Amino acid sequence: MSFPSVEINNMDFKSAAAPEKIIQINDLSISFGKQEVLKGITFNLNKGENLVILGKSGSGKSVLVKCITNLLSPDSGSINVLGEEITMLNPRQLSELRKKIGFLFQSGALYDSMTVKDNLEFPLRRVNRGMTKKEVDEKVQEVLENVGLIHAINKMPSDLSGGMRKRVALARTIIVDPLIMLYDEPTTGLDPITSDEISDLINEVKKKYKTSSIIITHDMSCARKVADRIIMLKEGEILVEGILKDIEHRRDEWIQSFFGKT
Amino acid sequence: MKEYPASHKKNDLATGFMLKPRLKGEKSKTMFTDIGNLSVFTAQSIRSIFSFPFEGKEFLRQCYVIGNRSFALVAVTGAIMGIVLTIQSRPVLSDFGAESLLPSMVAISLIREIGPVITALICAGKIGSGMGAELGSMKVTEQIDAMEVSASMPMKYLVATRVLAATLMVPLLVVFADTLGLLGSWIGVNIKGQVNIALYFTHAFNSLEFNDLIPALIKSVLFGAIIGIVGCYKGYSAGKGTESVGIAANSAVVLSSFLIILFDLIVVQITDLVI
Repeated sequence: MSFPSVEINNMDFKSAAAPEKIIQINDLSISFGKQEVLKGITFNLNKGENLVILGKSGSGKSVLVKCITNLLSPDSGSINVLGEEITMLNPRQLSELRKKIGFLFQSGALYDSMTVKDNLEFPLRRVNRGMTKKEVDEKVQEVLENVGLIHAINKMPSDLSGGMRKRVALARTIIVDPLIMLYDEPTTGLDPITSDEISDLINEVKKKYKTSSIIITHDMSCARKVADRIIMLKEGEILVEGILKDIEHRRDEWIQSFFGKT
Repeated sequence: MKEYPASHKKNDLATGFMLKPRLKGEKSKTMFTDIGNLSVFTAQSIRSIFSFPFEGKEFLRQCYVIGNRSFALVAVTGAIMGIVLTIQSRPVLSDFGAESLLPSMVAISLIREIGPVITALICAGKIGSGMGAELGSMKVTEQIDAMEVSASMPMKYLVATRVLAATLMVPLLVVFADTLGLLGSWIGVNIKGQVNIALYFTHAFNSLEFNDLIPALIKSVLFGAIIGIVGCYKGYSAGKGTESVGIAANSAVVLSSFLIILFDLIVVQITDLVI
């Protein structure tokens, strides 16, 4: 069984001599009450790479990406995003930095009182206030065409299927041209064909918008398709970090069970 | 390694206002924590109202929603208040031979106290619960998080517009309820007699002074702000799961009703001393 896209990506990863670090996380810890969710996590996201974070449900994956956008504040450690320590920014600076980050929520988080068009216009009008109506319309049409949903422009989120919602949510995220993309379980709850389509879209977004991405998932087929590098989380700690090929052949029972080999 | 103080820890919305962690079995701390959080949220809401840019379109939509949603209920309640007040007061005034004071008594009661308080309580039920449920639902489905992460400033779009709309619309609804209350009172008078509407309203307004209107207006504005802030706060700080949406709606009504009564007492005391 071969995964050509991964091998190509791995080559890219190996050939990068000193990759520029987009996100640097150092000794990050967070707990809720007595429950320690993340315990001293340290890793980097390099420019232009797709970093997949794998782990069982409850291993702290979603908490990690929420810390990166400062939706959650850590107990200790540092999170440096595009050269700025995110936990130390004031609301205005944080808002400016967030304009460069796209976050695809697990549920899509579409604004259910707005049409697809309004959902897309909402962040665009607030991030780029100087845009004319024509420019906004053109941008909305462009991103909807990119995700193959131009026909759904006037539909309400409640009229869309799960896969369509994810794609609209992805369109809403990329419409502001982010430098970093954070995907929180992008294929959860989708059938294998739609999951594959979303995985392809993740790769297309990386190629077209030149983004650096963190993809949180426990879907191995998605990970195989999009990963340049993988981090495996277990009980709030990094168990292993590396390229798919190496991790897949580790003899650790837990890792093997994750890859469905036991 | 940087260690952050406990006060640094925010809620999972990072909405700009901090929520102190609650510990089980610490009821008193929870209450004081809630008061603290509500105060911070109020300050943030007021700051959002006065910061650029203003979400004018959403503000007008909220004005329409709030006014339109409560219009019929306030109209019916106002008219019934007037009729009931007249029917119940009439025998007592008749006993003292002061039936001619009925329009004055009803007008002063309605405009100074009953109109603002009853209308505000109705709006707390109708508008406050709606805000709590709507924002609570948005919180549960991560829509508020999505706005926050995309730098769309949900405090401005969701909270400032609703608080300002409630602050402006509740006094208008109070004026409307007072007018229909007086009309209801005229109908109540005519059940057992015949009084000309012009004469009735002349009597009613002759008894009113400017000093009767100021406390009522202050109260109405304050009640509107309370309904908006509490409704948004409860929705914004809703927990996870669908159950928390119901809890947010319910607690928005309970807390805003309590605060309306409490602030009614405070404003009456203050205006009594000042005016």
